[in-house]
Amino acid sequence: MAVISYRQALNDALRAELARDDHVILMGEEIGVFEGSYKITAGLLAEFGPTRVIDTPICEEGFVGAAIGAAMMGMRPVVEIMTINFSLLAIDQIVNHAAKMHAMFAGQVNVPLVIRTPGGGGQQLAATHSQNLEVWYAHIPGMKVLAPSTPADAKAMLTAAIRDDDPVLLLENLSLYNTKGEVPDGEQVSEIGRASILRLGTDLTLIGYSRAAVIAMDVARQLEDDGISIEVVDLRSLRPLDRETICASVRKTSRAVVLEDDWLTYGIGAEIAATIQEGAFDFLDAPVRRVAAAEVPLPYAKPLESAALPDAGVLIKVIWEVLDATRFAT
Amino acid sequence: MPDVLMPRLSDTMQEGVLSRWLKSEGDFVHRGDILAEIETDKATMELEAYDDGVLERLLVAEGTTVPIGAPIAVIGDGMTSGTATPGTPAPDASPVRAPSPSPTSAPTAQRSPTAADQPGSPPSASPRAAGSPSGELRTSPLARRIARDHGLDLAKVHGTGPAGRIVRVDVQSAIDAVEKPASATTRDNATAPAAASATQRAVLPGAGDDDDEVPLSNIRRITARRLTESAAAPHFYLTDIVDAVQLLAFRKDINERLSDGGTKISLNDLLVRACAVALRMHPAVNASWASDKILRHRRINVGVAVAIDDGLVVPVIRDTDRMSLGEIALETRALADRARAGRLAPEDFTGGTFTISNLGMFGIDHFTAVINPPEAAILAVGAATDEAVVRDGVVVVRTTIKVTLSVDHRVLDGASAAAFLRDLRSICEEPLRIVV
Repeated sequence: MAVISYRQALNDALRAELARDDHVILMGEEIGVFEGSYKITAGLLAEFGPTRVIDTPICEEGFVGAAIGAAMMGMRPVVEIMTINFSLLAIDQIVNHAAKMHAMFAGQVNVPLVIRTPGGGGQQLAATHSQNLEVWYAHIPGMKVLAPSTPADAKAMLTAAIRDDDPVLLLENLSLYNTKGEVPDGEQVSEIGRASILRLGTDLTLIGYSRAAVIAMDVARQLEDDGISIEVVDLRSLRPLDRETICASVRKTSRAVVLEDDWLTYGIGAEIAATIQEGAFDFLDAPVRRVAAAEVPLPYAKPLESAALPDAGVLIKVIWEVLDATRFAT
Repeated sequence: MPDVLMPRLSDTMQEGVLSRWLKSEGDFVHRGDILAEIETDKATMELEAYDDGVLERLLVAEGTTVPIGAPIAVIGDGMTSGTATPGTPAPDASPVRAPSPSPTSAPTAQRSPTAADQPGSPPSASPRAAGSPSGELRTSPLARRIARDHGLDLAKVHGTGPAGRIVRVDVQSAIDAVEKPASATTRDNATAPAAASATQRAVLPGAGDDDDEVPLSNIRRITARRLTESAAAPHFYLTDIVDAVQLLAFRKDINERLSDGGTKISLNDLLVRACAVALRMHPAVNASWASDKILRHRRINVGVAVAIDDGLVVPVIRDTDRMSLGEIALETRALADRARAGRLAPEDFTGGTFTISNLGMFGIDHFTAVINPPEAAILAVGAATDEAVVRDGVVVVRTTIKVTLSVDHRVLDGASAAAFLRDLRSICEEPLRIVV
C-alpha cells in the first residue's frame, strides 16, 4: 500500500480506466497540453493521445452537452469543470439533460457521464470562485453526487463513478489535492451510496464530507486527549445519501454535530439534521447542531476568508456546547 | 382523512380520558363542532373538530385513557369507512401524522454573518427552568424514551440541561435512586426486565383481603404528584393570631349595605384581598423557586384551595391586587363552581403566585398547609373563634383567627416571612386597609 496524494490518486484512477476501457474519454479546459489547472490529468495526453484526452474551448455548456451526447451514444466521458463555480454555465445541460434523459426516454438511454470538479474556499479566490454548490446537484433526482475526502476514496470512488451508468458529479476540493494517505494498490471500486465510519466512537457523532471530514478527523483526534470518544461519519455520497449509517451512529452516541463547508441555510447539514430526527429522534439527548460557513459571499482578504469558513476551533466549541448540554462527564 | 388526535389540553397533561362522545360514527361534523369531552389531569374539557367531514370511526371507547397525540377518531369523506388507523392507540407507530410541534420547540441556529458566533449559538428559547410557574417540562427525546421504558414519571425528575431540560443523566440518576435501595431488599428483582415497576411492587403495600383498592383518578394522581414535589422544599412555619373583631364587623357592614347587590362577601374574600395588599408590600413573598434562581412575580395571582370530590384544586384569581372585593367574591364563586363541576380551564388554575387554604368552615382551629410548588408560601387559615385574650392587662373575650404561613426556606428567610405576616395581621385588624 503506497502513500500518495489525493491528486495522484485521481490521476491513477483516470489512467487505469483509460487503459481498461476504450470508451473512456476525458474532456475539459486545459486538461491536455497544460495537464489541467490542478494537474490532475498530468501525463495523460502524452500517454493516450488527443482522441482520448480532449482539450475543449472555454464553453462549459458546449462541452458538457457534447459529453452528454457522447455518453448517450455509448462513450464514458469524464469531464473536468475547472471549478464547481463554472458548472453554473452548464447547469441546464446537467440538470435538464444529463439527469433527465434516462427517465424521460423510459430507460432507453443511459448517461454514463462523470463531471469532476473541485469546490471549496480558503485559497483567496474570492466570492465567485470559492463556493460549495454541490447541494444544488445533490438536490436533483437522476444525479449522483460523490465527495471523497481521502486519497483512497478519491481513487476508488472516481473508478466507481466512471463505471456507473448514471451521471455522476464527483466533488473534489482545492485544499485536499495535496493531502496524502495510504491507497491500496491495484483496482479499487467503492460502492456508491455508502457513507464510511472514519473513526469509531461512543460519545458524539460528527458528520462531514470532503474537506469537512478531514477537519472532523483532526478534531476527533484532539478531543480524544480530553477523554471524548467521537465517531466520525464521512458521508462520501451526498446523493444517494446513506441515511442508515448516519442514524445508526447517532442511535449509539445520542449526540450529533454536522460540519459543512457550504452555507447553513438550506444546506447539506439541514438534510442531515432532518434525517437524524426522522431516524434517531428517540435517541437524541440534545438538538443536532450544524457548523457551516458564514452567510456571506466569501471574502477575498485572508483574515476575513478564514473567519467566514468553519474550522476546527468553532467545531470544538460547538461540540463542547453539545456535551455540556447533556451534562457529559468523562 | 385526518385522524383526530388526543390534544394537549394542559401543561401537565400526559394523557387524557375520553369521558364522553358527543357525536356518533357516521355523523357529519363541521369544524368547531364539539366531538367529545376529555378529562385531563385537572379538568374536563371539550374537544372540537378541526376539519369538516364525516366522523367515520371512533377509535376509543368512552372511559379509555389515551396518551397525547394518539388518534382517537377519524374524520373522512364518508367513503372510506373502515380503513382507519387500527384501534389501539400507538403514538409511536404513526410517524406520518405526528402531533403538531410544540410552540416552544427550538428552531435550529440562526446564522449571523459575523464569524465570532460562527456555529450559531444555540437558539435559546425562553430561558425558563423546568420548575417554572408555567409547569413546562423540557426533556430530550432520549430521556423521554428511557423514562418511558422504566415507567418513570418525568415530572419528578430534576432537569440539569439547558433551561432545565431533562437529559439522559438526569433520568439515569433518578432510575438509579429508585432501583438501588430496592435491589438490596428484593434480590429476585435483579432478573426482572421492568425493574422500576417491580421495585414499586416490592416497596408499596399490596391490597390484602381486608383492603379495598381505590383506583387513582387523574385529579388524585396530580394532587399526589404536586404535593410530593412540595416535600422537596424545606419548609418552615409561622403562626400568628389575628384579632378578627373589626374584620367580622367590616364584613357584616359591607354585606348589609350591599345586600341588594346579590354578592355576599365572605371572610375568605377579605383574606384574599388582604393577602394581595400585603404581597404588594412584600414582593419577596410573591415569588417562586426556579432551581437556579428565584422568580419574583410582578403580577399578584392568589390561588384559593378548593376541595372537590376526589382531590384538591387551586383556582387562581388573576391580578388579585387590582380587583375589588366584589370582583374577588364573584370570581372566587365562579371558579369554585367550575372546579366542583370539573370544568376548570387550564388558565383557571395556572400562574398562581401565592395560595390560601382555609379550613375555618370546618371548625379547624389551626393547621399547616403544604406549599403549592413552585410558589414560595401558602397561608393556612383556621376558624374564627372566641378566645380569652389579655388586652391592657385584662382578660377579655375576642374573636380571633389563627393563620399559619408555610414558607419555602430556599426563597424566604424567617425575618422577611415574619414581616409579611405581621403586615397581613395589621391589615386584617384595620380592615379599611383591605379595600384601599
